[in-house]
Amino acid sequence: MILKKNSQLIKIIISLLIFILSLTLKFDVKLYNNILYVIAYIIAGYDIILKAIRNIFKGKIFDENFLMAIATIGAFCISKFPEAVAVMLFYQVGELFQDYAVDKSRKSVASLMDIRPDYANVYRKEEIERVDPSNVSIGEIILVKPGEKIPLDGVIVEGESTLNIQALTGESVPRKVAINDEVLSGCINNHGILKIKVSKKFGESTVSKILDLVENASNRKSKSENFISKFAKYYTPIVVIVAILLAIIPPIIINDASFSDWLYRALSFLVVSCPCALVISIPLSFFGGIGAASKMGVLIKGSNYLEALAKTEIVVCDKTGTLTEGVFKVQKIDAIGYPDGDVLRYAAYAEAFSNHPISFSLKQAYNKEINKKLITKTHEISGKGVLAKVDGKMVLVGNEKLMKEHNIKFKKSNEMGTVVYVAINNEFAGTILIADKIKDDSYRAIKLFKDNNVEKIVMLTGDCDNISSSVASKLNLDEYHAELLPQDKVYWVEKLMKQKSSSGKLIFIGDGINDAPVLALSDIGVAMGGLGSDAAIEAADIVIMTDEPSKIANSIQISKKTMRIVRQNILFAIIVKIGVLILSAFGIVSMWAAVFADVGVSVLAIINALRILKIKNK
Amino acid sequence: MSIYKFKIKNLDCVNCANELERKLKKIDIINNVSVNFITQKLIFECSEENKKQVLEKIIKIIKKEEPDVKLEEA
Repeated sequence: MILKKNSQLIKIIISLLIFILSLTLKFDVKLYNNILYVIAYIIAGYDIILKAIRNIFKGKIFDENFLMAIATIGAFCISKFPEAVAVMLFYQVGELFQDYAVDKSRKSVASLMDIRPDYANVYRKEEIERVDPSNVSIGEIILVKPGEKIPLDGVIVEGESTLNIQALTGESVPRKVAINDEVLSGCINNHGILKIKVSKKFGESTVSKILDLVENASNRKSKSENFISKFAKYYTPIVVIVAILLAIIPPIIINDASFSDWLYRALSFLVVSCPCALVISIPLSFFGGIGAASKMGVLIKGSNYLEALAKTEIVVCDKTGTLTEGVFKVQKIDAIGYPDGDVLRYAAYAEAFSNHPISFSLKQAYNKEINKKLITKTHEISGKGVLAKVDGKMVLVGNEKLMKEHNIKFKKSNEMGTVVYVAINNEFAGTILIADKIKDDSYRAIKLFKDNNVEKIVMLTGDCDNISSSVASKLNLDEYHAELLPQDKVYWVEKLMKQKSSSGKLIFIGDGINDAPVLALSDIGVAMGGLGSDAAIEAADIVIMTDEPSKIANSIQISKKTMRIVRQNILFAIIVKIGVLILSAFGIVSMWAAVFADVGVSVLAIINALRILKIKNK
Repeated sequence: MSIYKFKIKNLDCVNCANELERKLKKIDIINNVSVNFITQKLIFECSEENKKQVLEKIIKIIKKEEPDVKLEEA
């Protein structure tokens, strides 16, 4: 590829030198100049001529090589020698530049997705072998040194380290891993040597799945792409036919019209008739947009979805795990007669031997070693709580019923969530509130949605009404529906689908589990936390690798920017082409402008498309 | 049905890629085929026993339509 480009460049330079020589040297015999022009022309364009001849036999007369060859040979025929050479030269320069630009954008998108591991160090026969990751089988032990990419999904059997997962999720905070932790391919090992037992073949590893998805995404074509390729299909034949008419009819019907003059104008038409400038920048823009999104950890499965995102009118979210963390945590401690920390400590100790989810939350909040010697007696009362002797004190931890049973005077709490009542030595010591927490990122996400003209944000949840209403009002949502069964969610999404405008889109964001029917029903189904979850990657149109809903709002921004650039490019290309066609039909501009309208426009459109990659993500 | 992927090199432009894709779609024993200019990928779907036959047909069409184009194992 590079070799081909270099030889192309040398050809162009030699041809250009001869062309300039011929322009500056004025031979006495004009023939000498013309011979130089022809030499320059042949050097610059022999490959085009050859391709053109080949295409005639195949009946491909609307091919750009053929059109360019006819246009320039035609120019020779009417003695426009410098024009003929210039058109061919600039066409070649433009093509070369176009190749560079496409190549560059291919590379920059590829570097966005630079997660493919090149090799794996695998233990075989007591020795370490460096092999292609696709040649490693399940159960083999691989070694990952600091700075290396983890080549295959697996479980750590030796060593600990932190992993850089930025390439997969856009998340900059490294993840700590140790023995028995599952690790995903594509992460980079920061320090420490890891021995990993492979659990998936390369083809099924996370890294392959992600790469496949992004590469295939541009195969699902957007409406803009379909429009432009249809346009190109009709555009070229029409322009060529008009060119033929232009060469024949005016010289016949206008009295003093010269044939060569009109032929020249017709030839300009042929130069402008190539469709490539129109067609190339559109898929490139989408490819760039999908690349930019994947860099921040959002996988978009098709150009059509990227296009649709820009028209988002309604966002429907699941609650638990999407807007909230989905983990029950101690949110608040209201201690009476003791410091907050002591109440939590007694509660955590009393629940030390319990397997109840609440005891887990308490222990997690306490976050210190529990000295089990201090617990002398525990008794779990099913459906009510725990009675325990901690540090010589009688501790009761449980719900209202437990307090009533032991005749403890307590203050009833009206907080949203699970309230744990604590009594020490038969005296009420306060309450601990355990609840799911709204993600900090959700606030940012809702604001960004509104900033991006989303008309309505709706939350659908199976959770009870009072918790849901509190979440909805804190997040300032437009609508919420609580206590829903899966089929109720389908009902509401169907109803909301009818409320949007005909071109508007509805997004559903869920955790990808149990959401399959709604994901399929909505215009765009988004699954959160896709890292490591095959089901989510399978079911959704867009997968967010982290658990931040704001990433979807960011994707809407990328989508809008992509669509803006796509529209600019379509308009720019069509206006310039039609403008130049009209001007050259009246003989106002020369063939030079026609060359610009062809290759100049496509190069500018490509450069414009590359701007998408410059989106900063926060 | 299996999906096969090849690297497709030396395509001139998006239009040529679309044109080639249209031609390849006419192969009767092929299920899904896409020619992607940007990613330089040819992807098609067919049954395993037909793979050889399909590939031969594809190569024949490519030779006729775009003689400069080369297919490589991806």
